Formats: sequence, structure tokens, C-alpha cells
Amino acid sequence: MRKVLMGNHALSYGAMLSRVQVVAAYPITPQTQVVELLSEMCAEKILDAQFIKVESEHSAMAACLGASLAGARTFTATSAQGLALMHELLHWASGGRLPVVLGNINRAMAPGWSIWTDQNDSLSQRDTGWMQFYCGSNQEVLDSVIQAFKVAEKLHIPAMIILDAFSLSHTYEIVDVPDQEKVDKFLPPFQPKFRLTPDEPHAFGGLTSPEHYFELRYKLQKDMEKAPALIEETGQEFEELFGRKLGLVDPYKCDDAEIILVTSGTTGYTARVAVDHFREKGLKVGNLRIRVLRPFPFEKVQSILSHAKKVAVIDRNISYGHHGIFYQEVKSALYGNSSVPVFGYITGLGGRDITLNTFQKIIEETQRNETPPERISWIGVKK
Amino acid sequence: MNHPQKKKQNKMRLTLPLEEYMHSGHLACQGCGATLAMRYVLKALGQRTALCIPACCWSVIDGPFPYSSLDVPIFHCAFETAAISAAGLKAGLEMVGDHETQVVAWAGDGGTFDIGIQALSGVAERNDDIIYVCYDNEAYMNTGIQRSSATPFGAWTTTTPVKHYKNRPKKDIDAILAAHRIPYVATANISYPEDLYRKVLKAKNIKGTRFIHIYAPCPSGWKTRPEDTIKLGKLAVQTCIFPLFEVEEGSTWKINIKPREKKPVEEYLMRQGRFRHLTAEAIALIQEEVDRRWARLLKYEETSPL
Amino acid sequence: MKKQQPTKKIIFHSEKEMPLAPYSLGSMLHNRTGAWRNIRPEINLENCIQCGICWKFCPDVAIYIENEYPVVDYTYCKGCGLCAEECPVKCITMVEEEK
Repeated sequence: MRKVLMGNHALSYGAMLSRVQVVAAYPITPQTQVVELLSEMCAEKILDAQFIKVESEHSAMAACLGASLAGARTFTATSAQGLALMHELLHWASGGRLPVVLGNINRAMAPGWSIWTDQNDSLSQRDTGWMQFYCGSNQEVLDSVIQAFKVAEKLHIPAMIILDAFSLSHTYEIVDVPDQEKVDKFLPPFQPKFRLTPDEPHAFGGLTSPEHYFELRYKLQKDMEKAPALIEETGQEFEELFGRKLGLVDPYKCDDAEIILVTSGTTGYTARVAVDHFREKGLKVGNLRIRVLRPFPFEKVQSILSHAKKVAVIDRNISYGHHGIFYQEVKSALYGNSSVPVFGYITGLGGRDITLNTFQKIIEETQRNETPPERISWIGVKK
Repeated sequence: MNHPQKKKQNKMRLTLPLEEYMHSGHLACQGCGATLAMRYVLKALGQRTALCIPACCWSVIDGPFPYSSLDVPIFHCAFETAAISAAGLKAGLEMVGDHETQVVAWAGDGGTFDIGIQALSGVAERNDDIIYVCYDNEAYMNTGIQRSSATPFGAWTTTTPVKHYKNRPKKDIDAILAAHRIPYVATANISYPEDLYRKVLKAKNIKGTRFIHIYAPCPSGWKTRPEDTIKLGKLAVQTCIFPLFEVEEGSTWKINIKPREKKPVEEYLMRQGRFRHLTAEAIALIQEEVDRRWARLLKYEETSPL
Repeated sequence: MKKQQPTKKIIFHSEKEMPLAPYSLGSMLHNRTGAWRNIRPEINLENCIQCGICWKFCPDVAIYIENEYPVVDYTYCKGCGLCAEECPVKCITMVEEEK
């Protein structure tokens, strides 16, 4: 059924269709509509789940971990400060191999207080052992939740669905809400490889000495390495049933492109307008939208970008003292595989608009220089 | 074994069930009160129990991966999350069709009075269906005896050296929990195992958040003799330093043991290295505070609705 | 309660033998805590009144009951002395371990 949904409600519908069993969440702007709709769905018994209305995001994640360990399918959503408060438990989820799915609305970190979008909240959690899916449309948000549960539960690795504050969370789009029956066919109930029960009493997460810890983390990485293929395979399976394809990356007119703009989140769709605009002028530009940051899609990124003459990475985030984070990631993927010059641009922090004009500047600067003129190129900052 | 023939027909007079859900080989110090607390609580709850244990002595006592000392499942959870991990676990178990397992948050005083109080308050306010047990050894013992808000006035710890001993009273956690109007709050003491057992059984048959605060001596942290553990527990009750009582629905207070003659606190304090530096004046202050609190507790009971 | 039997240690030769997450697969009974002991309780059953207090107050579950009398399990007894201290008829004495 086609509905006009805001991004936040697309998350709620994704969770509902995935038949989540336990939801624990705490309100934070701009996430609130996610949990409001889920509360209603629980109250109306459209969704058979227990909703624990916790007193903090830290407790939200803790509740999800307990429920997940019992073998229930669990979901939460948050943003920025809330995600930061969960940080400790994000490690707990991955280390405990509990496949919680979390929706995070990208919002800039305080101070000063900001409710507008940038990616430093989720990217600060890059190394917690979660899969990260950056979404570009409301349809993708809904579809990603369902697919993420499938992949997460197979691998026992948690997953984060990420969407931009306002430009996606509060933007209404037409979304196809698939039939429950079809989703059930695609996503069977959670069958955990282990769970907490008095029938088979285990102590989970006890003191782990240097004799064992190393191997457990090795296993996590080995399973994370299986994720790229599984995400692609799951995307294909989804496409067969629902006619929509999602993969690790989403290339747009990259095949013959001389300059490829690398983006994530909704920025990708603005980039595509720029791509078309410049192509009309005869400049071969393309866009590669990185949908999955963890596990990093090395092969896809290498094969697509190494054909270009220049690569421009657009970061709505920064690793202070280094550079944009997607920029580092792309460079590390290309290192030793391609000598294509990679330009790094930082723009749009704290929700500053990224427009066609922004891309115009980026494309012109990339065109003008053989190699990046400075370590960080800031677009739109009032210097 | 040489058994005395004359007594052979007699049965052992046991006041607790024979079943054990905690076994030997665990890593507790000699004379550990927290260990007795676990042993008794599990005797009351039985095997269909699941524990959420945050960072505390018990996260070590149970034994390292891949071992455990208990016959019930455990979720070793983050320090500040005992209550909510238990509530989440309970919700999860319900959703996978297990309506029987009793979920218990099992935390020390640091994990309850300090870092875990936010999540505990949340669980209590929602009246989530768990039993919360705080075994109270009155300091961060697992990290090496640092003061917590459960450390009593006058005590030495490694962060309250004798020259700057703790100068604030122990936080009144029971009143805080009672103020949440949860169905059941009780104090218990490892030296009164039958009373403790009865309270856990009672809690087991109540729905909602139940809070049991167990006094658990720590010979290593209190600088006491391991064999004095039970004596100290009894003295704590006989001096009214740690009274045994129950609170139902936040309003009905009932004192379980009223000493006919209160023993002076000095008798309790002087058995412990952690108090040995106290002057007569300081002891008098402690006595006054204990008397005041005891009088207030009696008032609570007196003014309770029937 | 019967006498407990020590278990074997669990050895993983490779990560493949290990579970996905760190969860227990065996009991701490492999850990013979009797080695911690400096003094040992000895029960004089002649005077024992079978009250069960020594059994009840053992933090190490190291007193079991056999033929209606308490027996110390020296495999695990840590020698804390609580049983001797609490015995109402003082029929338990703590004796120096021979080194």
C-alpha cells in the first residue's frame, strides 16, 4: 500500500512490519515521531510488542540487550546526544552478539545545542562493531529496517539505520508499505544461535581473560567480513519479492564519469541533481552514494572509483585533527589499488544546507586542481 | 565416617531447603556475606530464575568465562543497568513465551545506591515486574574498598582515609524505593537466613517491582575476621544500625525484629578495623543518629495504615 | 545436598571451538578452593546436635550432609572458620593445616 510518510514514520513502519517484539526508547528531537507511532501501534495492538518507556537512552539500549538475549526481536531509535549516551552499550550489543536494530536520526552534537543534521553522532560510533546503513529516501528507510533485521540476526551483529534530521526524518515522501504476509515470508521469526533461558543456564558476558578475549573479537570481525556479501544477497532476495534493490553502494552515472562525487545520506540525491546539471554542460560527473559504512564495501568502492579521473568525497562530519571521515575511509580503500586523486570536502555541519550551489563549488574546485590544494577544503564556511 | 550410634535416628534440623543452586569453587573471599546472600536467595527462588549482574563482587565471584558457579542463567550487564537489563530481559522472555522465569537484578551497593539508581528508579516508577536485590557491603569492594553512598558515617575506605573518614551518613535507599510506592521493599540480613528466605518467597509471589536490600558483611573490606561475618550481621540488627523491616505499597511499614534492649553501637563498630580510629565523640554521634533513625522507623510503623 | 564432584577445566584449542559470545559452558567446580585454606575445621560428631547451623552458614557450600550429619568438603572449604564460630555446642575446632 502506498502511503505518504515522513522518514521517522518509515522507521516505525519498518519496525512494525519486522514484527519487533520489544521496543525500548526515550524521546529526543528529531526522533520523537518514531516512538510516538510505535507507542500507538502497540496501544492499538497493530503491533504485538512490549514497549518499555525508559528514563534514558542508556536504559533504552540496556533493555534492548536484555530482551535480545532472551531471544526477542528488539528495536530502538535515537539521535545525537542519545546515541552518545548509549555508547557504552553499543559495544555491549556487538560484543554480546545481540542483533538489535537501532534507528538513528543524524543530528549535530552539542554544544551549542543543535537539532539539525550532521553525521558526527553516528560516525563517533563507527568502531563499536555495529553495521551502519545510511539512507537516502524514506522508502529506503523502511526497506532497510526489514533487511537489517535479516542480516543482523543471521550474523548476530547489531545494525544501525541512519537518516538525516529533517531533510529525511521530517520530510514526507510516497512510500510503498509492503504487505505483512510478504514481509513475513522474507523475514522469518528470530531464531537465535544462543539465548538466555533457565532450561540451559549459561552465564553471559562474564570476566574474559586475555586467554579468550582476543579470539572472541576475531570471530566478530570474521563475521563482519561475511556481511558485505550477505547484505548484497539479502538485497537481491528483497528485490525479487518487492521489486526494489538496495546494495552496499548506490552508483549513479559512474560508468563513464571523470569526476565521481562520493556522498552518503540524502546528500546523494542533491548530488544527483548536480550530476545531471553538469552532464548537460558536457562534464562527465557521477555520484557514488555509500549506503553501508560498516562493513566497509571495499571492493565496490575500489572497482567503481578506480575508473574515474578524480574523486571528490563530501563529508557532513569531521574527525578533528584529521579530515572528513568518509574521505579517510575512501582513501584507505583506494590505497595501493588506484592512484586516482581523492579530494576531500567538508560542508553542511550543524545542518547548514547542502545545495546545488555547494556541489557546483565542489565540482569546480575538483576540476580546477590536479591534486587536492589543501588537506581540508571547507565549502560554505564564512572564513 | 564414624557416626555416633546413639543419635543415628535423629534427623538434621534444617531451617532452609536442602537444594543448592550455587555450588563450590566460586571466587569469593573467606567469610563473604554476599555469597551467603546469593545462596539463600536462590534457595527461595529455585532454578526458574534469571539474574542480571552488573559490575560488582558477584561478577567476579561467579567465575570467569567459560565457567559459572550458579545453576541459573546470568546476564552480566553494564554497571548502571542492573534494573533495566532485568526489565528488558523479562519483557523479552515474556515475548518468547516464557511467563514463568523470575528475573532478578542482583547488584552491589555501588551499582544500586550510586551508578544504578537512575535505571532502578525508572524500573520502580514503571513497576516493571522484577525482583531487585541489592547486597550491601557498604563500599566498592570489587575495585578495592572505595567509598560509596552506602558507606556509613565514620568508616575508613581507601578513598576516605582515617584522617578524612566518611563524614556523611549512608543514603537511605529503602526510603527512596518506598517513595516509589512499589509493592514491596524489604531489608534482610545474611545472619537471619530464615527471615531472608521468607521475604524472598513473599516477593516471589508479588507482581511488579520488588526491592530487597541485604546486609552483607565483607571481611576484606571491613577489616574483620572472616569468622565474625554472622556475628556482625546479628549485631547490626541488635544495635538497630541495620533494622529488619518490610514496606508494602510504600506506606505500610512493619519492623520484623525489635531488640528488647538495643546494644550500644560501639560493640558493633569496635569489631571492625574500618571503624577503629573513631573517637568517643564520633561514636556518640553515630549512636545519636542510629537512635534517631530507629525512632523514626518506629513512627513509620506506628502511623502505617492497617 | 550431596558431595560435589570436581569437574574438568575447559580448554579451547582454537577460536572455532569457542562460542559466538562469551558465555559459560561449565562449572567452577573445577576450581578446588580447598587450596586457599590455612586452617581446617574438624567436626567432633560425638557432640554434634545436628542443628545444621554449620551447613547453613557456609559461604562456600563446603559442608554437605551425609547420614544426617554434617561433613566438611575439604576439596572446597576455604577455612573461613564461620562454622566453628557459629556452632552452638562448639564441636567444630579449627586446626592449623600442615604445610
